[in-house]
Amino acid sequence: MASSGAGYDLSASTFSPDGRIFQVEYASKAVENAGTVIGIKASNGIVLGVSKPLLHKMVVPSTCSYKRIHSVDEHAGIASTGFLPDARQLVGRAIDEAANWEDQYGVKVPPDVLADRLGYFMHYYTLSGGLRPFGASCVIGAYDQDTKQYKLHMVEPNGSAASYYGVATGKGKQAAKTELEKLNLHKEPCTVDEAVQHIAKILTMLHQENKDNEGKPLEMELSWICEASKYKHVGVPKARIAEVKAWVQEQLEEEDDDEEEAMEE
Amino acid sequence: MTTEVSMMHSAESQNLKDGEVSTGTTIIAIPFQGGVVVGADSRTSTGSYVAVRTSDKIACLSDHIYACRSGSAADTQALTDYIRYYLQQLKIETGRPARVKSAAHLLQKLVYQNKDNLSAGMIVAGWDPVEGPAIYSIALGGTCLKVPFAFSGSGSLYITGLLDSEFRENMTKEEARTLVKKALAHAMARDGSSGGIIRTVAITAEGNDRDYTSQLPYGPVSY
Repeated sequence: MASSGAGYDLSASTFSPDGRIFQVEYASKAVENAGTVIGIKASNGIVLGVSKPLLHKMVVPSTCSYKRIHSVDEHAGIASTGFLPDARQLVGRAIDEAANWEDQYGVKVPPDVLADRLGYFMHYYTLSGGLRPFGASCVIGAYDQDTKQYKLHMVEPNGSAASYYGVATGKGKQAAKTELEKLNLHKEPCTVDEAVQHIAKILTMLHQENKDNEGKPLEMELSWICEASKYKHVGVPKARIAEVKAWVQEQLEEEDDDEEEAMEE
Repeated sequence: MTTEVSMMHSAESQNLKDGEVSTGTTIIAIPFQGGVVVGADSRTSTGSYVAVRTSDKIACLSDHIYACRSGSAADTQALTDYIRYYLQQLKIETGRPARVKSAAHLLQKLVYQNKDNLSAGMIVAGWDPVEGPAIYSIALGGTCLKVPFAFSGSGSLYITGLLDSEFRENMTKEEARTLVKKALAHAMARDGSSGGIIRTVAITAEGNDRDYTSQLPYGPVSY
């Protein structure tokens, strides 16, 4: 998988002979090595989830500590992964874009415009000789007040943005994408409550499958936009998260039992 | 103020430069089921001289949004040119028709931030797919108010009672147009700075219908 840049990878303003810009690809590697982010667009809402495995026991375990999901405006939120300080800069820019839009036009920024603006910004940093690309990807969940629809976008270090039914990025993205595809979200969207369950389950499974995480608790950040949250981007209520975590535990134990039975035969 | 300038009587004239042209005016917007009818007189005056007697004070800002202009002709033309440009750019970026609210908001910002140098009282009215028909009135200092119906300009003072008593919700397009013409005719009869022909535009989702008439429903000459 590792290909040698062979001298064409020293600057973001150099193409390789086979048409690649290595620096931008390396920026994506930074995202691939960081915590998993999953977003699902449900029929009646958006859910964003981030896996935050506890770094070490001296870090205060709460969602206020090194927050990974931020609100950009009342109607939009970003879950980010990669270099967290880079991600924080991007969130700051998104906040400015959203605030500026409302100041100019008197309405909330439409989700696709916000994603495009963030894409332009990230792309700019892949073009200028002295700057380095952002080592972070942003998953944007937002509610379009004019069309009354929910939108899910992801913007990557090369600046490309696309709209998704379900998206995953970060360390566990391959496994998460496989699970998401099984859900058939593009044919039959799930409800927002089901989406919370799906995301929690996938994040927990990924965490447990990694032997390095033996004994380390998984902290999850989950946020949503739906009718229950009055169409605003807020954290999923703690009570709900606790319920879902318990549900996930049951589900995973059942599946383990099923596997064991299957093996006995 | 010099003696020439003091000959002007309309309220807007205080801020006009010597010889500057004013749309001392009556402008009006009345909603109906599925749209808005906007109307204006056609007199552009410099003092007591009628510089243009058939001017068009109804400016198109986008496919379904119009603005009626009163105050300094130069100022309001510059403002509508800016807003038309901003709305074009907005449509390209968002891919959807601009909201009347956004047009009004943009105009409010421009007027408020340049209030010391402008003399403009405008009505922004139109239709958008989110809210349907909408009317916003933007006064001299940059106050922007969403209103059920709007009337403005030097001649509007004379028709407040008429409109208050005759306005009804959910009129048809023809009823709204008739009321617009009646109100304008009454204002034009009493305000020296308003006169000429009555221009109207009916704005709906399907399209816009521009018309004018020199046959005033009320006035010194009965038809």
